This record gives sequence, C-alpha cells and structure tokens, in this order.
Amino acid sequence: MRLRSIPLSAWIGILGIAIAIFAAIFADFIAPYGEGEIVGDIWLPMGGDFLLGTDNLGRDLLSRLIFGARTTISVALAASILCFSLGMILSFTAAVTGGVVDQVLSRLNDLMMSVPALILALVILAVLPQNIFILITVMAVIDSTRVYRLGRAVALDVAVMEFVEAAKLRGEGKIWIIFREILPNTLSPLLAEFGLRFAFSILFLSTLSFLGLGIQPPAADWGGMVKDNKDGIIFGISAALVPGGAIAALAVCVNLVVDWLLKRTSSLKGGRGDA
Amino acid sequence: MHNLLSVKNLKIEATSYPPGAPPRRVTLVDNVSFDLAKGKVLGLIGESGAGKSTIGLSALAYGRGGAEITGGQVLLDGTDILPLGKSGIRKIRGARVCYVAQSAAAAFNPAHKLGNQVIEATVMHGLMSREEARKRALYLFQVLGLPNPETFGDRFPHQVSGGQLQRAMTAMALCSNPELIIFDEPTTALDVTTQIDVLAAIKHAIEATGTAALYITHDLAVVAQISDDIMVLRHGKMVEYGAVQQIIEAPREDYTRALVNVRQTAREEAPDQTNTLLKVEHVSAQYSNGFKVLHDVSLHLPKGQTLAIVGESGSGKSTLARVVTGLLPHTEGRVVFDGKEMTPSLNKRSRDDLRRIQLIYQMADTAMNPRQTVRDIIGRPLTFYDGLRGAAKTARVKELLDQIEMGSGFVDRYPAELSGGQKQRVAIARALAAKPELILCDEPTSALDPLVAEGILKLLLRLQEEEQLSYVFITHDIGIVRAIADSVAVMHRGNLVRFGPKSKVLAPPFDDYTDLLLKSVPEMEIGWLEKVLATRKMASADN
Repeated sequence: MRLRSIPLSAWIGILGIAIAIFAAIFADFIAPYGEGEIVGDIWLPMGGDFLLGTDNLGRDLLSRLIFGARTTISVALAASILCFSLGMILSFTAAVTGGVVDQVLSRLNDLMMSVPALILALVILAVLPQNIFILITVMAVIDSTRVYRLGRAVALDVAVMEFVEAAKLRGEGKIWIIFREILPNTLSPLLAEFGLRFAFSILFLSTLSFLGLGIQPPAADWGGMVKDNKDGIIFGISAALVPGGAIAALAVCVNLVVDWLLKRTSSLKGGRGDA
Repeated sequence: MHNLLSVKNLKIEATSYPPGAPPRRVTLVDNVSFDLAKGKVLGLIGESGAGKSTIGLSALAYGRGGAEITGGQVLLDGTDILPLGKSGIRKIRGARVCYVAQSAAAAFNPAHKLGNQVIEATVMHGLMSREEARKRALYLFQVLGLPNPETFGDRFPHQVSGGQLQRAMTAMALCSNPELIIFDEPTTALDVTTQIDVLAAIKHAIEATGTAALYITHDLAVVAQISDDIMVLRHGKMVEYGAVQQIIEAPREDYTRALVNVRQTAREEAPDQTNTLLKVEHVSAQYSNGFKVLHDVSLHLPKGQTLAIVGESGSGKSTLARVVTGLLPHTEGRVVFDGKEMTPSLNKRSRDDLRRIQLIYQMADTAMNPRQTVRDIIGRPLTFYDGLRGAAKTARVKELLDQIEMGSGFVDRYPAELSGGQKQRVAIARALAAKPELILCDEPTSALDPLVAEGILKLLLRLQEEEQLSYVFITHDIGIVRAIADSVAVMHRGNLVRFGPKSKVLAPPFDDYTDLLLKSVPEMEIGWLEKVLATRKMASADN
C-alpha cells in the first residue's frame, strides 16, 4: 500500500484520530491542570489562563477534555470491538451452521432486541457492581444484537456462494470458512457499521453517564462533561459545546477513515485497477 | 433496393474511470456500417465484448452502461435517429423498433400479468386501443405457438417456462407491428430442445409479419438458420460481412474460418471400458423438502476415461454430480469409488476421499473467492492436503499455472482481473492441485465463447492424458459429447434414459427423448431448421 494512494479525507480522519489518541495516552503530561482539580471560578470564558474556560465546578475544561479523551475513547473503542467480535462470530456461526443453532441464536437475539437497549442497560448496570469492565461488557453485549442481525444477513448471502461450497467440498473446517471465505467478502458492510457503532457507543456511554450509571465522577468523559455543563447553555455559556464538538469531530474522523477503508475493501482487485 | 435501417461509420465510446489514473476513453465499436432491407434478417455474431449488443442497441439510439454514440449515422427509413433527442426517440422505441432481451426472466416484471406487459408499449404509444392490442397479442400468441393462447396473457411470468417467456417477449416486440426488431441472444439461455421451438417461432413470426430483424448471437449455427446476411465482429470492429451462404461455406477471414470450424477436437472412445473407478448403483436423491430429483440411477466410469452426462436443465445431471461429491446425500443406492463405498454425506468422508474427487463449476466467477489471489486459490489445496508451504508451495503453484498454459505472471492477480477463460483455467488448476483421480466438470465451457471453450476442452483432454484423470463431464452440448466422451449417459427429469459407450448411445435405434435431443442441436448448415421441423411434422402426422 502506498501512502500517496490515501485520499485527503482519510488523512484528515487519521490526523483527528491520532490527536485524540495522543491526548489520551499522554494526558498526564500535556494537560495543564489535574483531572478533578478546581482551579478557578465557575464557567470562566475562554482565554487567559484557561484556554477553553472552566466548567460548572471551576475545573479547567481543556484538562478535562484531554483526560476525558482517555476514558471516552478507550471505553467506546473497547465496547465497539468487543461488540463486533461477539456479534460477528455468533452471526457467522449461525449463518454457516444453520438449522437449530441458527434458530436458537437468532431467537435469543430477537428476545434481547425486543427490550429497549437503554432500559436493559439501566437494569443490568443497576444490579451489577459499578466497574468499567462491566460497563464495557454490558454496552458490547447490548450493541452486539444489532451487529448480529447485519452479520447474519450478509454472511447468509455469501455462505450460499459456490466458492464456499468448494471450500466445504475440500473438507475445510468452520473456522477457515468463516474467517477466510466469508469474512473478507462481508468486510465492507461490517466496516461501515463499525464506524457508525463507534459513534453510537460514544453517545450510549454519554447517555449512561448522564443518567449516572456510566463513568463515575470525578473521572472525566466527554458525554458526562456535556451533562455537567448543560445548564450553562441557558446563560449563554458555551462550555457544554466543547465536549459535544469533540464527540462530533471524533465520530466524523472515524467515519472518514472507515469510508476510505470501505473503498479499499469493496474493490475486487485488491485496491488496484478500477473497481 | 430501399434500406430500412442503414448504419454508417458507427462509433461508440465509453469512459472508464480507473482510480488514481485520469479517466480514459475506450472505443467499443469502431467504424461499423451495414444496411438492412425491409423484411430481411441480419445476424450479428462475435464473442463477448465484440460489441454486438452495443451495435444492436444503437438502432434504438441507446447506449448501455455509459456507452455513447460518438460518430456515424443510424438511418431508420432514411432519417437519422441519433439527433432526434429524448422525446423524438421515444416515439420510435417500442413502436417502430423493438427489443428482445437475452434473459426474458429478468426482463419481465414479475408483479404484472404477461398479457398486460405484452401490450403495454403498444397502448402507451397510442397505436391501438387496449382491445385491439389484446386481439393482436392473442394472434401473436397463436403464431408463436404458445399453449392456450386465450388464457396465456392472464398468467404471471413465474407461471410459464423459460422458452414460453422468451416467446412472450417476442410477442411483446411484435405487438406494435414494428418495422425492426432487435433480438439480443434470445435463445442463448435456453435448452437445445426449447431453443429449436423458439427459433422456429421467431422465424415463422418474422416471415408472417414481414418485419426486419437484427439477430445477435454468438452461435453461428443458430444464426445460419434465421439470417439472410451475417456480420462477424471482433473487438468492436467488423471482420467480415456477407450473405449467409458465403460466410458459412466460403469464409474469407481467418477468424470467421475459426468460428465455422470451431469443433475440431475429437477423440475415439476407449475400446476397453472395464477397470471401473466410479460406480453409481440404483441411486435416488431428494431435496430436504421431499422433492425427488433422482430416480434409481445406475452408471459407471472406467479409470482414465470420460463419462458425459447430457440432458436439458432440470434433468438432474448436476444433481448427480452433487450426489457423487456428497453435497447432496443420496437416500437410496450406493456410490462406489475405487472399490470403496462412499458415505452419502460429505461431512463423514475422510480428507483423502475428498481430495480424490474434485468438482469444476460452470461459473468460475462464483466458484472462486473474489478476495483471494490466484496464488491463494491454487495454493490452498496444496497446503490443505499436502502441507506445502513457502517456497515449495510457490514453486508448485507456478508449475500448475504452466500446466494450464497461463504462466507465473498471474500469481498475484485477483479473479476480477482475469478473463472468463482464464478464470476457468484457474478453477481447473485448483482441482488439479489436489491431485485428484476423478474430476466432475459441471458444464465448464457453457458460459464461454466458442473458441475459448474449445481451448478449455483441449486443455482438459491434454491433462487427462498426462495425469490419467477420469472425468464426469456434464453438458447439454451434444457436440462436446461427440468430441470428448468415452461413455454417455442421457438424463431426463431425474431418470437415466440411456447409458453406454458413446458409439452405442449416439447411434440408432434411439428412444424418443434421445432422438429429440440429438435432432435439436443446431447444425452449421443452411436449411437445417426447416429440415428438422419437416421431419417432426411428418412424425406427428404419422401418429
């Protein structure tokens, strides 16, 4: 792969994601103030000592944004990856095996989907201990129902193709058929879904934080910061818009990269020649 | 002589957009001219990509998939139709010039009754009232020999057979009483036994209504029956243009000569037909919904020889191959391979049993994973069965590519970067990689152009000699059977009609079905269609 073949839009996306990840990793060094440190008056305007102003408790907004990147990205990314692994493995197994396995998995999936996601999450999180791993797992399991639906639909289309039959005829096992024959041919819709799911994960995490079941204060996360500062909007204070903008920018960047990957994976000529 | 359609110096171009490179102009049709008089039929013939459909559609001033007519004239009754503009051309399409597509099944709207679709264009153009159009459709259904013409129009597309659908499409084209009809491979997708009926119906309808026609096909034998003139095309350029007689009997160009004499491969059947490799004994099979597809089939194949299975679509010939491979477990009978009974289901067969029987599909496109390179496709059986890796595997892949006459330059290509014939060759190499003893070939050449198909057949025969392979060759083409088979099985509706050495099966006395099948194969001889139809009429008069 040549770097020059990467389009400008993808470069913008890569740059945005790189900045966010850099901020997340080196938060301790680049943040001017501590994560929960109260440094001044509440809702100070942008500029001066505080580049982005302060929040509803007088904490530095820029510092919290940088620390928030760490929790938001890691939790949303972990949840999305787990959710995809789970959804895809189950859905592909169902599509390839068929019969009873397919029926049981699909009906269980329908059962999960019939309960509204947020309510299901609230109930489960209220019962289980407050813990970041449990949070990630719950988000992933609930979201994986959507991935399962999509994964099964696209995998079924590919599973009836003759080259899959040829692989079965060769005596290949399920693992090979799923990962080598079917997965590469379903990557395009799944990647598109991944971009979307990642953005939704951030929003879902924000919703949970807003309701008090997500990231627990004083730890910062972007969704929680929107919630903390939402009252300021009434007084014309833009503090809530800063983390909101960060969420939007990250989602856009991820999707720019995904769009480019999508173009590459949907090419049947390995990304060369016309597709 | 007054010309109905006159095409002059036609040039058709399209733009292709390779990513990373500037858009490129591609010439699809270059400097093609011909004339067509009223009531005459011109055959356009050539392999795929020759531009025959593109030329045909230019008579409707239509360019498919971004093709643009950039030069020349298309004169319909003396008027150039190219500069007419959208509303002008709309008055011509479906009224004065009509089109019959290759796949009638895809061209009809499945949600509407046939009758309404047949008369739609005619009524829309205001050429007839709905009642008149219905009467005309009824007349055409009769002319085309459709069953129950009175009620035929009340059926939906899925309720009639492929051959009937193709005739309904012809009726649709004829309905508005057009001056010109473009037939775009109307019989290519049909069985030979159906094809002959459709051909006869089309020929009769053209004669009865006096319309002119452009007949597009890749089968010279078909076009010889129906055309007055033939134009041979290749790569968008005219190769030869002349009367049928001259093209068939005295072709001037090398390419035309190759088309006329395409079937040169021939092989005598092996004298000794003992030493059985594959034995199918009283096998019956059914789909999971209980539909029986094979009834008590018994046949056998000697080592190193070829068994051809012929029959029309739905006769169970592919199903038989699936039963042998274990993809469709048989319910009764036995499949014995090299003295060992095979379990019905594929899952219970050992890896070595699977290796020894390989299958080549009709459509190489769908039989290969589009995301794998040629190296992966051919290399996988090597790793899977023989554990070859690294340099040894690469060397063997190259060896196999040489064996299929493609060369090692193709190792890193994806299937989408290969031509149809090359894809089928790679599929053959994949089968060879397993070092099989039996290869089941499921119509491997029927989707290919005649000259390319001939190359594949030659390759298969050479490989058979070199590797002592046995083939079960499934086909609907009697010509291929004559060329390569040692023994022949004729199938009809899941039953074995006839089985034995080639010399016995393809020699009289015939049973009724084999007779029909053999007589339906178009021969490159002018007047063949009339002759066959005449003998058929005599036969029915005798009854």
